[in-house]
Amino acid sequence: MGPEVRFLQGSETVVEAALYAGVRFFAGYPITPSTEIAEALSERLPRCGGKFIQMEDEIGSLCAVVGASLTGLKAMTATSGPGFSLMQEAIGYATMVEVPLVVVNVQRGGPGTGLPTAVAQGDVMQARWGTHGDHAIVALTASNLQDVFAMTVRAFNLAETFRTPVVLLLDEVVGHMREKVRIPEPGEIEVVERLLTSVPEGTDYHPYLPKEDGRLPMSDFGGRHRYNVTGLVHDMWGFPSTDPTVTYNLLHHLVDKLETQADRIASYKEFHVDDAEILFISYGSSARSALHLVRGQREQGVRVGLLELQSLWPFPARIIREKCQDRSRVLVVEMNMGQIYQEVKKHAPRPERVFLSNRFDGAMISHQDIQRTLNIVQGRGV
Amino acid sequence: MAVKDYIRQRFFPQIWCPGCGHGIIMSGLIRAIERLGLDKNEVVIVSGIGCSSRMSGYLDFHTMHTLHGRALAFATGVKMGRPELTVIAPMGDGDALAIGGNHFIHAARRNIDLTAIVMNNRIYGMTGGQSSPMTPVGEKGTTSRRGSLERSFDIVDLARGAGAGFVARTTTYHVKEMIDILIQAIRHKGFSVVEILSQCPTYYGRFNAKGNAAEMMNGYKENTVRIGSPQKKQNPALLERGVFVQKEAPEYTDAYLKLSQALSEETRGADHED
Repeated sequence: MGPEVRFLQGSETVVEAALYAGVRFFAGYPITPSTEIAEALSERLPRCGGKFIQMEDEIGSLCAVVGASLTGLKAMTATSGPGFSLMQEAIGYATMVEVPLVVVNVQRGGPGTGLPTAVAQGDVMQARWGTHGDHAIVALTASNLQDVFAMTVRAFNLAETFRTPVVLLLDEVVGHMREKVRIPEPGEIEVVERLLTSVPEGTDYHPYLPKEDGRLPMSDFGGRHRYNVTGLVHDMWGFPSTDPTVTYNLLHHLVDKLETQADRIASYKEFHVDDAEILFISYGSSARSALHLVRGQREQGVRVGLLELQSLWPFPARIIREKCQDRSRVLVVEMNMGQIYQEVKKHAPRPERVFLSNRFDGAMISHQDIQRTLNIVQGRGV
Repeated sequence: MAVKDYIRQRFFPQIWCPGCGHGIIMSGLIRAIERLGLDKNEVVIVSGIGCSSRMSGYLDFHTMHTLHGRALAFATGVKMGRPELTVIAPMGDGDALAIGGNHFIHAARRNIDLTAIVMNNRIYGMTGGQSSPMTPVGEKGTTSRRGSLERSFDIVDLARGAGAGFVARTTTYHVKEMIDILIQAIRHKGFSVVEILSQCPTYYGRFNAKGNAAEMMNGYKENTVRIGSPQKKQNPALLERGVFVQKEAPEYTDAYLKLSQALSEETRGADHED
């Protein structure tokens, strides 16, 4: 039997990929446009010994995900803007207690109730800074369903590798569109399993003492090591501390374990980038329109290229610096008021050459929209 | 085993004020767990935030000190993940019933096998004595200097109304009764609620002229009676103690397991047909 090829919706693709990655727990609350993920997992998880629960709200959902993850299950939730807002405190808690989990945010228009059924990419900065306090976070995204599959598996892999919450930032278009998806064979995509401690029973286990490679082996709740988990600043035992040195070291650890690995975490795709005079930078469904334009322009001999970001946080600053070098124009294409555009300007060698092509009105940005921006920045008028 | 075998002495002394009732509850809980003969590796303590919630760190079980109001939500994830574990959630009254009220009623409705202990001192202690949903009308906190305008919950009625299968009330004065009730609550298969009146001499007692810790505990003796006591008819202001609800009902993780087994068999059957 050859590889299985299926015609799937974006949400269904997330479900297939999460199961491929070994998800065994989902807690969530209905919200448009992510509900299909919960619906599908409510049917699929009990069939494979996994657990599904519909909680009373998104706050409780992410708390339950943290609890289940501590018992050793790969755990996730799925939501959209308002629910993502409600989850922010528990995302910070998961960051602090270093519990792996995946939060899928199928973005819709905001703020407030916004546009529940319309596309947007306005949660990029909320994914980065939604929870309080200094911290680092991983956020991945994708523009087509084959990549949604790969990035969903990667989200679980990074969560387990770094003991951290990972946000999969999709958008309404990617979540609801249907495409052909080839389901990889088992073993075809690497699946990272949780690193468990080798400390024997009866010997002191330090849940927050990193190994030499920086990883922190875990011990399942209900297993042979009893330890404390707290959202307070804590020492290597997991016990509260107000000591400035302990605090300094913990915050550095939480941030450094991701920020120093930005290159390793970075995911991106290049389309005609090498000789491009004009470089588009985009992600998610916006990148589809940017790619459409790039292909059209190339046919006319115009040297344009697309850098499609698949990881947004930690921000791939080195990649941006390199790829923006020597371009006459850089156009960031996104469906918000410039959240990644501002980041690109920060890191591009010539920030005055970075421009924004965007929509934030609930309508999908089209290749014509991007073409109009291109005309303006080239001084050709609309 | 001795009480000290259940605590993490490294993290003592604890933070509770002199005279606080929470240590009595911790000791009662340890004795209940000891008498149940539970292995320390079988027990998970999940707490929220507040004075009460510091209990988790002192106990030598699998322990989680979580977010304000969310103990039951985290505990739900733990129980779903490992249903064979005994999961206990010690919470404060503000923690369980104000910010955590939604999780409280839904855990009761769902009838998931958790033991919720509401350590009711009628005030927010950790933040300095603000009125809580258990502060009786007219009584004082730092946010209700002239007396609270709000009525308080009756935890027993709330838990019963939300569908909890086991509901009980006791106090820090009635330690033997407390241990006995905690044993029954932990044994009960389903969502159990135990309200334990716990004195806060530092804030609630001081603001409301309830006297020192011993006097507050004496007040629990004077102002409460066992369920069904004839004294209650003569003085309706007396608060009843004991087990109010104890009924069998389908438990959530059991029901889920049954569904999961049925669907797994259906899936295997379908695979064979392929």
